[in-house]
Amino acid sequence: MRVGLFVTCLVDLMRPRIGFAVLQLLESSGYEVVVPESQTCCGQPGYNSGDTSAIKTLAMKFMREFEGCDYIVVPSGSCAGMIKVHYPECLKADPQLAEKMQAISERTFELTDFLLNVAKLKVLPGDFKGTITYHDSCSGLRELGVQRQPRELLAKMPDIQLIEMQESTTCCGFGGTFSVKYGEISTRMADNKCRHAEETGADAIVAGDLGCLLNIEGRLRRRGNLHTKVFHIAEILAGEDKK
Amino acid sequence: MASIHFKRKASENLGNEKLQSALMRLQERFVDARTAAITDLDDFEATRDAAQKIRDRVLNNLDGWLLYFEREAISRGAVVHWAETAEDVNRIVIDIARQHGVKKVAKSKSMVSEECGLNDALEGAGIQVLETDLGEYILQLAHEPPSHIVAPVVHKTKEEISDLFAEKHQKPRKTGIAELCLEAREELRPGFLAADMGISGANFLIAESGSALIVTNEGNGRLVTTLPRVHVAITGIEKVVPTLEDVSTLIRLLPRSATGQSITNYVSVLTGPKGTEDQDGPEHFHIVLLDNGRSSLLGSEMQSMLRCIRCGACMNHCPVYQNIGGHAYGWVYPGPMGSILTPTFVGLENAMDLPNASTLCGACGVVCPVKIPLPDLLRKLREKQVEQKLRPKREMLALRAWSWMAGHPVFYAFATRIAARLMHWMGGREGRLHYLPGAAGWTDGRDMSVPEGSTFRDLYRRRKS
Repeated sequence: MRVGLFVTCLVDLMRPRIGFAVLQLLESSGYEVVVPESQTCCGQPGYNSGDTSAIKTLAMKFMREFEGCDYIVVPSGSCAGMIKVHYPECLKADPQLAEKMQAISERTFELTDFLLNVAKLKVLPGDFKGTITYHDSCSGLRELGVQRQPRELLAKMPDIQLIEMQESTTCCGFGGTFSVKYGEISTRMADNKCRHAEETGADAIVAGDLGCLLNIEGRLRRRGNLHTKVFHIAEILAGEDKK
Repeated sequence: MASIHFKRKASENLGNEKLQSALMRLQERFVDARTAAITDLDDFEATRDAAQKIRDRVLNNLDGWLLYFEREAISRGAVVHWAETAEDVNRIVIDIARQHGVKKVAKSKSMVSEECGLNDALEGAGIQVLETDLGEYILQLAHEPPSHIVAPVVHKTKEEISDLFAEKHQKPRKTGIAELCLEAREELRPGFLAADMGISGANFLIAESGSALIVTNEGNGRLVTTLPRVHVAITGIEKVVPTLEDVSTLIRLLPRSATGQSITNYVSVLTGPKGTEDQDGPEHFHIVLLDNGRSSLLGSEMQSMLRCIRCGACMNHCPVYQNIGGHAYGWVYPGPMGSILTPTFVGLENAMDLPNASTLCGACGVVCPVKIPLPDLLRKLREKQVEQKLRPKREMLALRAWSWMAGHPVFYAFATRIAARLMHWMGGREGRLHYLPGAAGWTDGRDMSVPEGSTFRDLYRRRKS
């Protein structure tokens, strides 16, 4: 089975090790992983800011890059939501294209959803020891129903104790360009998230979206908290967290 | 238009400790209460589906249902007025008041009258207005607009209200909620008895019986609509519902979504003026139906917004609203629903921030009892802003440049390779950026952890070779 990996622009630019953690998880599950070299960004920054001029081109580019794959895996609920929910919507003016996109979007999975429900991973290579708290990223949670999946995967890891924070499903304030345009409101939202996470006393905050993680980590560090670790769930599951 | 001051007001509100402490109660009072209340319903999702269908059925043939409503209301003795604009509403209500020699008006809460600035218009015409909903009464004393459509005074603490009452009522300062309510009741009672005219909103209009329906918790609505000799109900044209049975479905959702109650203390169905056999009720019953931009949404991609039953769940669950409160939105309707209605009613160019002031986290859409796709509608308004070239040029240029690069992988790979190296270098030994050109809004409150130095694509290529 060929699995296409859509790395996402943030992972590509900011944290390549998350991409390698995903690779490791997919390869250790026995899949042949392909990483189309021409992949870039799903186009969400422009799309969510009202500039839809490039979205059709980017959706069709994605189709071309991944149409030969049995599955496509995305280590981000936000980008997976863009591909699964919004790409077909953006192409609906052309029924043939929309149908083709729909077929591809149905084979596209957010990482934890894929690992739990398709790959049905029983054993995970990671060996993190300690307490963690999980932040539910908005698009993954509300557009794709990703909530149980990461928790069930973490539960398979014997040395991890998950401590739920208050309001784990409330937005951290990232929202793509929102956090730049309305930095002050976004900072307050990130503050609330940091406070709730810190109240759990967990060693690490984990989430499935790098955007949220950069936002939360950025606020934690500015608040002077240099000890709480911040990880993408792929890093924890694959054991890439020590790098 | 106050919506243009969104950023400044939001900033002020973030620093207002009293407001922040008042907003903390939203979670407990409304969010948690709603979560508990929807479990009472056998099938909440099926009820939402049914409610959506009822609202869509009306909106797909709104003129037909309105004419049906008008016919039935008239046949039961009501007078129906059509108002295209807010000014029309004010003129119509003042005319009715003059026609009946009205000097004093008692009002029950009506967001449409807020939308029209009716109180000021009535006062300007020499007619005294008394708000009788406790929250609206407090705001009238404080000369402030509501900050929430269901709990208009949610932004005020009990202590502020104690101070306000002591000052305005010239009575010893009371601190208990029951004592404060009693004092308000004592002040309001003569107002009910002296009013020549009562003004209410209408949560729904029932087409089959020509009735206006209001839900209230304080009983003031019943006094306003039955005690004075003239009753005027003002509402938007979209509030019509075919049958009483349809309303019963919507009523199962409205209070649960709004305040977490299974039903409100009072549900009043007001049908025509007092009959010859009736002991209570107004002698004259007028219904004013306002358009004010609503019909422009019909048949458009924004039509679903007209399903709104004004429960306020979207704002209660919106993390932006939860942190900045309703006044920052600058007009009558705050939160996600307001960020759609305000630009619709006052013009997109007068409310530039509102459609953008959301992270599109989706919480509003999930809780909306009539399934309005609020995040999608906010995004559509952003598209309209771009189409109409209302967004700042720099922002558009940056987004276009990124999208263009995303469509050109060679340039993209080159630019991201440079950016990854540059930012990594800028982070120095600390590995964090305290300032990032072009993203100052972000780095004002956060330290950016720098990229690892090489892009994934470069590292992957190296690994393969």
